[in-house]
Amino acid sequence: MEDTLLTTKNICKDFGPVRVLDDINFNLNPGEVNALIGENGAGKSTLVKIISGYHKPTEGKLFLEGEKLSLDNIAEGEKKGIVMIHQELNLAPDLTVEENIFLGQEKKKGYLLDEKYMYDECQKILKELNCDITPKERIKDLSISNQQMVEIAKAVRKEAKVIIMDEPTSSLTKEEVKILFKLINKLKGENVGIIFISHKLDEVQEIADKVTILRDGKQIKTGAAKEFTENQMANLMVGRELEDMYPEKPVSENKKVVLEAKNISVPGFVDSASFKLYENEILGFAGLVGAGRTELLEAVVGLRERTSGQIYKRDQEIDASNYIKSIDNNIAYLSEDRKGKTLLTSKNLPFNLTLLSLEKYSDPFIDKNRELKALKEAEEKFEIQIPNYRLRADKLSGGNQQKLGVAKLMEAEPEIIIFDEPTRGIDVGTKQQMYSFIKELVTKKNKSCIVISSELQEIIGLCTRVIVMCDGKITGSLTGEQIKEEIIMQYATGLKGAV
Amino acid sequence: MDLAKKLGLDDIELNYGTVKTLGPFIALVLLFILATAINPAFLSAGNLRNVFARTAFIGIIAVGSTFVIIAGGIDLSVGSMAAFISGVMIIVMNAAAANFGVGVTTVVIGIITSLVLGFLAGAFNGLFITKGGIEPFIVTLGTMGIFRSLVTYLADGGTLSLDFGVRATYRPVYYQLILGIPVPVIVFGIIAILSTIILNKTSFGRYCLAIGSNYEVAKYSAINVPKVRTITFILQGLCVAVATILYVPRLGAASASTGLMWELEAIAAVIIGGTALKGGAGRIWGTIVGAIILTLIGNILNLTDLVSPYLNGTVQGLIIIGAVMFQRSGSN
Repeated sequence: MEDTLLTTKNICKDFGPVRVLDDINFNLNPGEVNALIGENGAGKSTLVKIISGYHKPTEGKLFLEGEKLSLDNIAEGEKKGIVMIHQELNLAPDLTVEENIFLGQEKKKGYLLDEKYMYDECQKILKELNCDITPKERIKDLSISNQQMVEIAKAVRKEAKVIIMDEPTSSLTKEEVKILFKLINKLKGENVGIIFISHKLDEVQEIADKVTILRDGKQIKTGAAKEFTENQMANLMVGRELEDMYPEKPVSENKKVVLEAKNISVPGFVDSASFKLYENEILGFAGLVGAGRTELLEAVVGLRERTSGQIYKRDQEIDASNYIKSIDNNIAYLSEDRKGKTLLTSKNLPFNLTLLSLEKYSDPFIDKNRELKALKEAEEKFEIQIPNYRLRADKLSGGNQQKLGVAKLMEAEPEIIIFDEPTRGIDVGTKQQMYSFIKELVTKKNKSCIVISSELQEIIGLCTRVIVMCDGKITGSLTGEQIKEEIIMQYATGLKGAV
Repeated sequence: MDLAKKLGLDDIELNYGTVKTLGPFIALVLLFILATAINPAFLSAGNLRNVFARTAFIGIIAVGSTFVIIAGGIDLSVGSMAAFISGVMIIVMNAAAANFGVGVTTVVIGIITSLVLGFLAGAFNGLFITKGGIEPFIVTLGTMGIFRSLVTYLADGGTLSLDFGVRATYRPVYYQLILGIPVPVIVFGIIAILSTIILNKTSFGRYCLAIGSNYEVAKYSAINVPKVRTITFILQGLCVAVATILYVPRLGAASASTGLMWELEAIAAVIIGGTALKGGAGRIWGTIVGAIILTLIGNILNLTDLVSPYLNGTVQGLIIIGAVMFQRSGSN
């Protein structure tokens, strides 16, 4: 224990009735990189938020250099030497490197700033880190990797003992990753402990000394990084039993292409992706967060600008330059962001239900009775629990909001429906209803569906074919027996199929 | 489930909500009672006609502002636009008088000029905002200065006066009574009814509410956001044009000080009426009540010696702040 830098003892965390972390015993030694890996929602973020002082654990204790820690906020954590570097960098873009490094902790001489001291100090740190940035450069003029250097310089100046890096490489090029790793090695040499969160298993293998694997809030395994192959890590991250959540998969021998996207590029997100959607299929899009799935499909329906690519519907090229045209072509998209993009939370239910297809209800004046009738029909068809027809949309539960969102989409009578994370944040019962509804669309209503999901079991249980994306590229297309967690993870982490 | 409950007929929140919703109307009634108590002459037909006819200018412009604000925009240029349109109208009518005489033809030419200019000015604002991607506040701050300086230039720093012959023909548009009601009040009434229908009964009105409420949701609901926003500014321009058509025969002149501060009065009327400044919710009748309240304050101050009429702006300002405080109360 003596030589341990940071330890968590039996950490548990509940959010309401849900236990998101269960009995975590995490250990970090000085000069060590401990990689925290797991699927989305496995509890990695919650754990590092507890370590950095953002959350308080429900149970369990935290020790820093053998001393019990009780942090009330991030500032306290930083004072003790625990610094977190977020995925979205936390810098003021219009200020200089130096101003950012000293932000909130400016050195003063009397009432004025001691600019010379801060400049020299900043220069010194940057030199130590071997990076070619100067203190007077503005953050917005720096590359992302250099901005990350500034974040690290900030941590170094605070004399951090523990640095938490949340997906530090997600927006870096290969060259930039090399520079970052050099820096991490340097920090290790100075006995700093680093918690490294990443989805990219090859990088974990390269940089980590130790690996801690979380799944469903539980600590599945901890061991030296050398002990695991990337495949073993991927297997340990997943590997759950499939329940009878899912309806029997529809069998589709139909090979008629209803939608085809060719060479779609969205700068920064998607790199020349092409795919086909066959009639009556449920096509899954799997991948890790940030793989570019949402961006690709938003570009396909015209909700996001694309710099290249063509869209074909039944072999006819269509203009998908904006979403209005896609709706006219009977292609509809349900956003993953229920409250921010699907529903007007402050408006009532009929207002929301008919917003996408309002022309149908206006002749030229909106027929509110027909709207109410449509709501009653939707209530029955989608089993939405509505206590009061005049309710604002935000008064419905998450699951019922999602059903209302689906009902709104179906009002437009689309032929191709894209569901982005259709079951995010909803209860198991509603999930099941959603799955059988999607299946019914393809088996009984002659529709074709695309489902983007970060929940692997959902993709496996529901989809007839699965496209996997990694880093903005399509890395694989799986059917039948190939639709397995391990195989999908291999493509999703770039182990397989990377170009 | 009980149908009455489902339709929200026994909604407990209804009572407090109703008081809040009807707030501007209650304030208006109280002001009427106050005004009558202070000076019974307030209720004379002559005074009431005066109050409502004056309300018509700001009221009509404020109806346009209601659409703009509900859809999440703001238009600061309306006062300058009114002055500019007045100036051009007078120049055009004076020129037309030379060719077509001082009859109705010339006045009709003036009216068409006004509507065309209002449309173009609104489209100019709207397209710069939507196609140019510049905030409404900035674009209309710019056009506010542009229109004001153009009218100053056209009047050469002085006053543009309408030909006396044309003025005689045009005069009834402001002064004529129909069934005892001044023409501007009738026009105001028609616009109020039309715009209420547009806002509450058409998909365009719905789209304005949706865009102001959440721009992203509107986009993800396949609403043509730029088009709808541009149309709100065009409607605003047309409302300014109509108000100007009614305003020019009143004085028969335009100068650099025509329509000064009208933009603020229009926005104030919208806000007092209960439309949210950030957009997404609002109502036409509220705006109309707001416009009447603003005019009433000036009128009441004129009818009494208790407070100097010079403090008109102070009272208006307090009412605006008070109205918003009332609307926000209990919403946290």
